[in-house]
Amino acid sequence: MTHTATPAAATPPASPAVPPKSRTAERSLARRALARPEIGALVAAVGVYLFFFAVAPTFRQADSFATVLYQASTMGIMALAVSLLMIGGEFDLSAGVAVTSSALAASMLSFQLTTNVWVGVLVALLVSLTVGLINGLLLIKTGLPSFLVSLASFLMLQGANLAITKLLTGNVATDTISDMDGFDQAKSLFASEIAIFGVDVKITVLWWLLFAAIATWVLLRTKFGNWIFAAGGSKESARAVGVPVNLTKIALFMTVGFAAWFVGMHLLFEYNTVQAGEGVGNEFYYIIAAVIGGCLLTGGYGSAIGAVLGAFIFGMVNQGIVYANWNPDWFKFFVGVMLLLATLVNLWVRRQAARR
Amino acid sequence: MDLRLNRHRRAGLAALATAAALLAAGCSSQGGKKAQEADAGLAAGKADTPRMRIAMITHAAPGDTFWDTVRKGAKAAAAKDNVDLVYSSNPNGADQANLIQNAINQKVDGIAVTLAKPDAMKGAIAKAKKAGIPVVAFNAGLDQWKDMGLLEYFGQDENIAGQAFGKHLNEVGAKHDICVIQEQGHVALEARCAGVKKTFKGKTDILYVNGTDMPSVKSTISAKLKQDSSIDYVVTLGAPFALTAVQSAKDAGDKAKVATFDLNKDLVSAVQSGDVQFAVDQQPYLQGYLSIDSLWLYKNNGNFSGGGEQPVLTGPAFVTKDNVDTIAKFAQKGTR
Repeated sequence: MTHTATPAAATPPASPAVPPKSRTAERSLARRALARPEIGALVAAVGVYLFFFAVAPTFRQADSFATVLYQASTMGIMALAVSLLMIGGEFDLSAGVAVTSSALAASMLSFQLTTNVWVGVLVALLVSLTVGLINGLLLIKTGLPSFLVSLASFLMLQGANLAITKLLTGNVATDTISDMDGFDQAKSLFASEIAIFGVDVKITVLWWLLFAAIATWVLLRTKFGNWIFAAGGSKESARAVGVPVNLTKIALFMTVGFAAWFVGMHLLFEYNTVQAGEGVGNEFYYIIAAVIGGCLLTGGYGSAIGAVLGAFIFGMVNQGIVYANWNPDWFKFFVGVMLLLATLVNLWVRRQAARR
Repeated sequence: MDLRLNRHRRAGLAALATAAALLAAGCSSQGGKKAQEADAGLAAGKADTPRMRIAMITHAAPGDTFWDTVRKGAKAAAAKDNVDLVYSSNPNGADQANLIQNAINQKVDGIAVTLAKPDAMKGAIAKAKKAGIPVVAFNAGLDQWKDMGLLEYFGQDENIAGQAFGKHLNEVGAKHDICVIQEQGHVALEARCAGVKKTFKGKTDILYVNGTDMPSVKSTISAKLKQDSSIDYVVTLGAPFALTAVQSAKDAGDKAKVATFDLNKDLVSAVQSGDVQFAVDQQPYLQGYLSIDSLWLYKNNGNFSGGGEQPVLTGPAFVTKDNVDTIAKFAQKGTR
């Protein structure tokens, strides 16, 4: 059931100021809202919020909400990039460890060469973009499915994270760089806190929402956004109408690289040292957040706002279970149930929308 | 259609009846749940102090026997001290720090935390102190708890435990051991092997295995033993891996002996039977119990151990053939 039409033209976001044009005018506002990929996630998010609001008194506090948002933001930034990639029809299983790789690269380069930490930060950006580029090139040159290509790069990165860290530092965690030049500046950019109405909110929450706005604009208002939908919907048809599919896919993998770098920098400047073994398994959470947000595994359909909602639901469940003082043994079970429910809601909503 | 449904239902009923009959007829005369229930758990009455809430936040991966024992100790203390215990864990440093923030939001009366990733916890712990919540560390963070200004520390130093282990290997006359690390990139595990290496006079090789996949652990150790016949001791860093290593040695037809860090129920039997030579126990039950009990004491009587200067050590406690029988009773209940 992939929509191969160009959504930028077919489904403008509902806004009362702009009167709907042409064929879309025949469909009611409710119908059009239902046809948005993120509507299922929105219903699920409201449901989960109300549920925890009812069962966990602590959940109602503003500072608890800030904790939930923070948890959602670090995952959400990655989920945004991953959802764009999935709309473009590809997977990236290396996204989880790529975050750790980036943080390790910045930390170790700065420490070993005793440079200003900004040098490490910029080199880490190059490293992350290169990993994305290599993923994209491998995909195109080999013609293998991205599931396999990125599975290979996931394992290679996981091994490299540990081996290189141990080689350079003699340990399995990096040395602290918190006393080096530039650390405080970088910390204020990647990992500071801002008081909003007396509640400390981590800056990543603001970055996350900013990136979400940019991603939404790219998807719905630019030529590149159309290319993403087209490349994910049907490669051959997209090529036939002149969409540079290869370029689009490489750019999307590099976007994941950029997001991994950003989150990696946050982890580094928030927590000072990086453990070489971390990040494994997170790639599935990013994919799950994107899927809850309405992305299809087959590509060509989804939204950035959906990925935001998916990550938000995750953050709520993650912290909500603790606020409600439930037995954490069940956590993964709840996550699985939630994934199933959210995807079923999505499917149902899409079917409703497809009926004229 | 109807007929088919009926047939299905009949088949289902027949299966149910058979299962019930089998269950009733197949009672075991020994072991099982009944024997376990006959062993009463630890209980020490209940305090009449006002209800308080304590958060225990660890870096445990879910479903680990060691951490289950920690939790049992914490629960026993909580039941005795009229404490509402909120247990949560996450192996990822950033997520564990978030859980501390979560506890602060809940305005708990105390926090017990493991400092496996001390740098990652710094910010969140500073916030807890600012909120006036007493914090104790346990299990990991021996070198950092004091600098962070925590109240107390309960646990063992992994490196010192490793060194004690190495010395014991010298005493039993080992020549060449492999130290099996079940999780690549885990600081505490690396510290144990580094400790063993430091004091052991023979040769120590590190062997990495994938701890989440037992068959592969077994075959990797087997392969290593086959490849190098001079290995006479396999050192594992967790009870389940020791039991697997025993199998590996059997498979490889190798005479290598097995010794391990940490205990569980089955491992105690293995020490009794001589499959495993010795174990170094850091007494997880004690760590969990003392962490909760100490916060209760601090709130209700202002007491704290070690004067904020010295840790309270819960290990290394050696379990060998000589003293294993006294420990076995407790291990059967899953509390040692």
